[in-house]
Amino acid sequence: MTANGERPLTARLRPDGQPVLASEYESASGYQGLREALKLAPKDVMELVKQSNLRGRGGAGFPTGMKWSFVPMGDGAAHPKYLVANADEMEPGTFKDRVLMEGDPHQLIEGMVIAGYAIEADVAYIFLRGEYQLAARRLNEAIAHAYARRYLGKDILGSGYSLELYVHVSAGRYICGEETALLNALEGKRAHPRAKPPFPQVSGLFGKPTIVQNVETLCNLPHLLARGLEWYRGLSRTADTGTKLFGVSGKVKKPGLWELPMGTPLGEILNDYAGGMREGLRFRGLIPGGASTDFLVEEHLDTPMDYTHVQKAGSRLGTGTMVVLDDKTCPVGMVWNLEQFFARESCGWCTPCWSGLSWTEKILHSMEEGNAAPQDLETLRFQTKFLAPGNTFCAFAPGAVEPLQSALKYFAEDFEQHVAERRCPWR
Amino acid sequence: MLTEDERHEIEAEAARYPVRQAVSIDAMLIVQQHRGWVSDEALADLGELLGMTPTDLDGVASFYNLIRRKPVGRHVAMVCDSVSCWIMGADRVREHVCNRLGVNAGETTSDRRFTLLPIVCLGVCDHAPAMMIDGNMHTDLDAASIDSILERYQ
Repeated sequence: MTANGERPLTARLRPDGQPVLASEYESASGYQGLREALKLAPKDVMELVKQSNLRGRGGAGFPTGMKWSFVPMGDGAAHPKYLVANADEMEPGTFKDRVLMEGDPHQLIEGMVIAGYAIEADVAYIFLRGEYQLAARRLNEAIAHAYARRYLGKDILGSGYSLELYVHVSAGRYICGEETALLNALEGKRAHPRAKPPFPQVSGLFGKPTIVQNVETLCNLPHLLARGLEWYRGLSRTADTGTKLFGVSGKVKKPGLWELPMGTPLGEILNDYAGGMREGLRFRGLIPGGASTDFLVEEHLDTPMDYTHVQKAGSRLGTGTMVVLDDKTCPVGMVWNLEQFFARESCGWCTPCWSGLSWTEKILHSMEEGNAAPQDLETLRFQTKFLAPGNTFCAFAPGAVEPLQSALKYFAEDFEQHVAERRCPWR
Repeated sequence: MLTEDERHEIEAEAARYPVRQAVSIDAMLIVQQHRGWVSDEALADLGELLGMTPTDLDGVASFYNLIRRKPVGRHVAMVCDSVSCWIMGADRVREHVCNRLGVNAGETTSDRRFTLLPIVCLGVCDHAPAMMIDGNMHTDLDAASIDSILERYQ
């Protein structure tokens, strides 16, 4: 399949880094998607999103329309209903939602009003990580302008639909990105994940029907509504639809962020966009979608980057922002850094997670210090099984061991060398 | 005692949620913005305002790394130690900042000018290594740029 070459989510971004203002947004056909949505019944907007096959851009890739279809609708539904934009971007290596919010805040607002209309939400929050202070200022300014222009508040554009939108600035902790932990944080509590069921669509924020959706996902909606299904399907190079924000960091020539057709091959992103490896360095592998995804290596460079193909290659598309490992950087050290993050950020709610990840982190540390024993490799392999899906309360620990289990597979010799020589060969 | 401004800002947040307890985090961040940290006395005052016990509030405060329960220096420097920055030399950055300021992570300089804290990924990975000081992002750090950046915060 060939894509139509358009880059709708980032087309309006200004090269000077300033935000797109309300008037500029409007003259670049902004809020047209909302106008189209308001002509349809909410259930028809939901149906369109379902047919678009839009999948969640926060990492899990859950079909957006299907997620919405579990929300109780009509006269019998409990109100107020809530919509939450998950803007708690804290996955190490990920820097895409910040760019969208700082550069084009109205796009997110418009996407939220469309989503809110589809599920008949009354109140919406942008759950924003505390460090994103520039995004907070720009979003609050844009929200004030959107209220003044009747895109928010009572009787939006004379449609009879009303939505209040607020920014909630969070106070840290990676677990807040997990949707049920996020709901507890938004209720002013410790951010432990909740048991499911009940699912948030039925009983979420303050016990009311709630949809939590990633920023990039929501930013797809204005374009889908304004330009239609056929156009939207033409954006991608594979069966998974839309564009995707892809980022590359690490020792490549040109680290950066690009909106590309879903299904763009990994090697093309790495070489054509990120410029390939820096002089004198060789590519060893990468984590394709943030800290909690399995490594991909040389043999995977032809993989079309979409949900389906990356899964076939043994990893996950995740956030689509990749971190590259070069041959002068220690793979064990890199995994130690990742597990240090996860051990520190574990919320402490369930024992396998806080205990298993601290244990894992300590073993990797001892390997780097030259104090590991041969049986430690077995213990690491055990941890990847022990913390696999089904053994922990939420998806945090299974995600945490993804880079570890694949590193043990692809970089086995490096681990063994650390143990045999009782030192880190890169130090 | 909460100031008029603090009370006013907290009530504005409270109007956005159906229960008062929901603004506990916002309220603590508001106090922190005015005073740099959240003292035991502030917790008691906030508890009274929101209908919570100080212990309830401390239970929330102790979960979140951006709520500070100890005084900090005039400036707070947060150095990213996550994976992209680590690859690009975050260890060297932290060492250099520590040497310049004469403190370790988690400590405050004796003249109370700086508090140094570690932080997770700041979301500027294409410009690693990075640190944030008082909400301002500083990227592509090296020894020379760190020295000139620190100078700006007196």
